[in-house]
Amino acid sequence: MKETPLSNCERRFLLRAIEERKRLDGRQTYDYRNIRISFGTDYGCCIVELGKTRVLGQVSCELVAPKLNRATEGILFFNLELSQMAAPAFEPGRYLNLFLKIYLFKIHFQVWQIRVDLHLLNHDGNIIDAASIAAVVALCHFRRPDVSVQGDEVTLYTPEERDPVPLSIHHMPICVSFAFFQQGTYLLVDPNEREERVMDGLLVIAMNKHREICTIQSSGGIMLLKDQVLRCSKIAGVKVAEITELIQKALENDQKVRKEGGKFGFAESIANQRITAFKMEKATIDTSDVEEKAEEIIAEAEPPSEVVSKPVLWTPGTAQIGEGVENSWGDLEDSEKEDDDEGGSDEAILLDSIKMDTGIEVSDIGSQDSEEEEMIILEPDKNPKKIRTQTTSVKQEKAPNKKPVKRRKKKRAAN
Amino acid sequence: MEEEMHTDAKIRAETGAGSSPRGPGCSLRHFACEQNLLSRPDGSASFLQGDTSVLAGVYGPAEVKVSKEIFNKATLEVILRPKIGLPGVAEKSRERLIRNTCEAVVLGTLHPRTSITVVLQVVSDAGSLLACCLNAACMALVDAGVPMRALFCGVTCALDSDGTLVLDPTSKQEKEARAVLTFAVDNVERKLLMSSTKGLFSDAELQQCLAATQAASQHVFRFYRESLQRRYSKS
Repeated sequence: MKETPLSNCERRFLLRAIEERKRLDGRQTYDYRNIRISFGTDYGCCIVELGKTRVLGQVSCELVAPKLNRATEGILFFNLELSQMAAPAFEPGRYLNLFLKIYLFKIHFQVWQIRVDLHLLNHDGNIIDAASIAAVVALCHFRRPDVSVQGDEVTLYTPEERDPVPLSIHHMPICVSFAFFQQGTYLLVDPNEREERVMDGLLVIAMNKHREICTIQSSGGIMLLKDQVLRCSKIAGVKVAEITELIQKALENDQKVRKEGGKFGFAESIANQRITAFKMEKATIDTSDVEEKAEEIIAEAEPPSEVVSKPVLWTPGTAQIGEGVENSWGDLEDSEKEDDDEGGSDEAILLDSIKMDTGIEVSDIGSQDSEEEEMIILEPDKNPKKIRTQTTSVKQEKAPNKKPVKRRKKKRAAN
Repeated sequence: MEEEMHTDAKIRAETGAGSSPRGPGCSLRHFACEQNLLSRPDGSASFLQGDTSVLAGVYGPAEVKVSKEIFNKATLEVILRPKIGLPGVAEKSRERLIRNTCEAVVLGTLHPRTSITVVLQVVSDAGSLLACCLNAACMALVDAGVPMRALFCGVTCALDSDGTLVLDPTSKQEKEARAVLTFAVDNVERKLLMSSTKGLFSDAELQQCLAATQAASQHVFRFYRESLQRRYSKS
């Protein structure tokens, strides 16, 4: 599907509004949209909604052999899937990989490979921020199976045997995006999709709550002054602190609910009061008459038609069931048969000479110019070929593979 | 009341074959559906069956690439994305099954030379995934306003080693089952649109599963009707 292009009047409208410090959804310049975090029933699964932008994050782990140049470190792998929902050019995985510090120790020649899959469900701007929040939340939420090493023995416990263990995460870096307009004159935090379309450039700062900058990336070719960048980093510091608090609260809530045995998962996060949402409790189905119905149907059904398949073995490796239908394509061209021959012949097959009573005479077509369709069955100790209607001559078959082809090509050229 | 039902569902899921063999003990898990939750697709729906959750988005009828266009009807495309890893062969085969089901009900001839794309994202998988995908796809198509000749629903049955029929199995029940059968049924005449089976079963058991599916589909269609009635109650 093609993206609908942005009309000029819409573009002008957005830019004029930004010049007057107005945003379409009524936010202030430095305001973030509402962030909503919901968790699934498995550990490591979460959905983050930043306004209407939705990202699903899932963490999974497995034991693998370590990379040769980093034999003692675990592997952290990010994958952001942009499905048909959108196709922007950014790759948040790049940002996140650089700064996320999770210590994954080597376990007896194998290391943990942690894989974070982020799926963008709805693109309404600022995917990078949403994806970074989803990744951090999913990693904090994830529990990996417990492992114990005794000498040479490594025991991997299933979740039933021992409670899974959380990952050791040192800090939580969050990305904050700044969109610039009119060659850096105006800036907006957390641009939505429309604003992203008209922006000149984007500045992404990844920071943690200790005000340490993990990554800065500027794209779009805008030229920024030093104090602009410093101002952005100050704003980022404030925003990251708020977001980190939100994440902590969400994680604590989820943990509390799980411990108390309450309901958790996506089913609970569907709001009851929304008119577009509907729930139905468990429904019992009466299947007591299922047996009678089935017997009725089988009794009334006609027996399956008798299928008599008489396979005929021509040569070892060549069998035929049925006669086939009359070829309704009309006269086959020579070129098609040529392809058949090239595919069918296989010099490498040397069979034991099992003489099969084929029942069909080997008719000698004779001249090379024959174009009749005849079936030729070879003796098994010669070059076996699949049975096909083909124009060929006995002479050609005796020759090695390439020659018949060449001859036929010449024939065509002559024609 | 909902809380009790939910814990009930958990207990029943664990005991599984606590229901009498082939008796009136089969039950469908807790259902939930939310429509129109994504802003970009023309129609979207999130369908939950117990802990299995699938999100569907529908785009269409929209512009189609010339290579894919069909002159007299709409090109239906289904994309299924797993939660972990890249899509593989299993997803491709499921996509084909879902596409065949959708093509049977969608009135493609009303929109020739267009494309209708259904994008499915697995949010969590806890058994009967294909059935949940089918249900989500149907609700999303309804939300998008794509013309259809009937609604369809998916129901999964599992047959365990002593022949007990379990409807809407959990992943544990699916793993321990001798055969897992998924059927897609339409709501006009409860006829079969698609069937996908895995495992060993007799023809009598097949017919029993089909009959059970038809009985279960009645509940699913009632759920569809009630959720749509709720949605349009204020207009």
